[in-house]
Amino acid sequence: MKNKLNILISVVAVFGLLLAACATPTTEAPKPTAAPAQPTAVPATKAPEPTKAPEPTKPPEPYVIGVFLSSTGPASSLGLPEVDTVNMMAEQFNKAGGIKGPDGKMHELVVKMYDDQSDPTKAVEAVKKIVESDKAVVIVGGTTSGASIAVNETVTKAKIPFISVASSSAIVTKADGTQHEWVFKTPQQNLPVAQVQIDWLKAKGFTKIASVGVNDAFGKDSMGAMKKAAGDANIKLVWEGTFEPKTTDFSAQITAIKAAAPEAVIVHAVPAEGAPFTVQYRDLGLTAPLVHNHGIGNQAFINTAKAAANNVLFPIGKILVIDQLAANDPQKPVINKYIADYTAKFNKAPSSFGGHAWDAMIMVKMALEAVGPDSARIRDFLETKIVKFIGISGVFTIDAKDHTGIGKESLVLVQIKDGKWVYVDPKDYAKAP
Amino acid sequence: MPSSEQLAQLILSGITQGSIYALIALGFVTIYNVTGVINFSQGEFAVIGAFVAITLSQKVLLWHGQMTASLEWPLPVAALIGVATAVLIGALLYRLGIQPSRNASPLSQIVVTIGASIALRGLVLLVWGTDPYRLTPFTEGPPFNLFGAILTRQSVWVMGLTGVFVVSLFLFFKYTLIGKALRASSANPGAARLMGINPQQMGLIAFALSAGLSALAGIVVSPVTFTTFDRGLMLSLKGFVAMIMGGLTDPVGAVVGGLILGVVESLAAGLISSGYRDAFTFAILVIVLLFRLGGFIKGRKGEALERAGL
Repeated sequence: MKNKLNILISVVAVFGLLLAACATPTTEAPKPTAAPAQPTAVPATKAPEPTKAPEPTKPPEPYVIGVFLSSTGPASSLGLPEVDTVNMMAEQFNKAGGIKGPDGKMHELVVKMYDDQSDPTKAVEAVKKIVESDKAVVIVGGTTSGASIAVNETVTKAKIPFISVASSSAIVTKADGTQHEWVFKTPQQNLPVAQVQIDWLKAKGFTKIASVGVNDAFGKDSMGAMKKAAGDANIKLVWEGTFEPKTTDFSAQITAIKAAAPEAVIVHAVPAEGAPFTVQYRDLGLTAPLVHNHGIGNQAFINTAKAAANNVLFPIGKILVIDQLAANDPQKPVINKYIADYTAKFNKAPSSFGGHAWDAMIMVKMALEAVGPDSARIRDFLETKIVKFIGISGVFTIDAKDHTGIGKESLVLVQIKDGKWVYVDPKDYAKAP
Repeated sequence: MPSSEQLAQLILSGITQGSIYALIALGFVTIYNVTGVINFSQGEFAVIGAFVAITLSQKVLLWHGQMTASLEWPLPVAALIGVATAVLIGALLYRLGIQPSRNASPLSQIVVTIGASIALRGLVLLVWGTDPYRLTPFTEGPPFNLFGAILTRQSVWVMGLTGVFVVSLFLFFKYTLIGKALRASSANPGAARLMGINPQQMGLIAFALSAGLSALAGIVVSPVTFTTFDRGLMLSLKGFVAMIMGGLTDPVGAVVGGLILGVVESLAAGLISSGYRDAFTFAILVIVLLFRLGGFIKGRKGEALERAGL
């Protein structure tokens, strides 16, 4: 009797688990909620899994691109808007009939999407699969700097151009300063971000700062950029330290920062660590202003840090405050259309990260339209023909010496006030926060 | 050289963290004493308890944004239901995983708990995703200043409630009938059975009790260090280390071990390098296992330790 009861309970439990797993519908848009903008509704897949656009029913042959982003893991608050944007744009292109190739025919765009789970090792696996079995002609992705750097060797060997959506300069720049031939990126580098932070520090008259960041490729690159920019501006780093990814206890670092007594603290992290750090920083009673970098350009930071996010400053692309900028800003039409499309489809406001993905996808479309599915010619197109391209992250001009194409001019300083992003005009830097 | 304020801050943070390790370790010890199983899913109960309480007391997006929970019930109610959920899952774990395998070796049963911890973690990931969440602090207000260090109000709650739970648990074991029955089961299962104590019932109670204890720990520390879906693993391992430091079967040793572990870890992270925080914990484990298997507290070696052949 007892045994039968055990078996019955076990079966019911397993069945319930299976139902729960299968019942997660693969919807593209979340149910409309009154919640403020949140990370999106794409269901997490545990293993890399391609999603296919509908099968083409007739020739001409589709254009295949490979995409790998972080839908799960600590970088998912950055990756999910990127995934949504890529899917939204592929759908838009295909609804219009596809991409018009140089042969004058409309080709369907097929996106092979993979989740690298915020893990550079899995990113390399995904790219190997894209290169070997999907036969993509161009690759977009790499939510994290770590993943983007890790796949460099694979895409270079396969001679397939790769547009990254991460920020570390090491993604495109070799040790000798020249650019990696096959790699491009759409977010600003970390050095211009540091320069905007330095401008603010100079306006405030601060000369002593602390710099704390996450111990991975992104954090280290950002901290290195700040060190360089601070050195150039004669601002002293009274304390510099790191924390491991996924940490949620920062008492050691905050204690040391308190002892060093800086006038401002520069934080290099994404919301997964940046938000808990900000909360604990405020809890432990420190009052020096907090300045983050462009890793927190989404609603997830404000949702996690809640009241502690108030008065945090950070440089970011214009998308978060576009309605507060001058009416004749050349990026306004492009950004507003993206915001309208994204909000209509997903019922929440987009983030700067989705914007980086948008820029990459439009560049891919331009390249495919001009030269067709030829990887080498796509690479040449990206290197030479992206000139004054008005994107969401900035106005891009890519050349052989600069595979990023945007710099300090594309950034604005934003302050978080009562859960909203507020633009800070350079002439008001001394008054903020 | 670190100033005395820095040291004070690190030690206070360490005691706060250590209190949680102590509670988890107590759960380990209770289950081990009564059933002989080391339950590696202890930490998951802390996470589940905290997440359920968070979901019931705040507006939370579930299932990757497909569902919103905006019940926003008062914190004590949410906490109670969180603990009840963990207790239920702990009881189910015993009933479905441990009791049917009671004739298998203790090692097999440990593997069952490891499997359960992986399954529970996966379930939490599905429902709540990877973002960090925290319960709102129990009381609002400015932090206290102690020896130049900042003591947040929530840390006071953590340390105070840990003390209350530990004392309550000791009183429970010493003065209530069920507590005495649990101690009897752990001291001598054969004799306890002869006296009419049902070992399966005791096992169930031990699991439910430990799960509830862990859930309380998870709930009380969530406002301080945030809760993420994978926090359970580290909590389990550190509670396990604390249990070993205390001598595997001694509840007092487990509590002391947990507190010491928290402080040592905090000092190491603050004074040496924060990257080595976890490495330090396991270095302590290796040292204890190599040099003093019976734990640091001399003369306190439970019968169950001999039963385990250690």
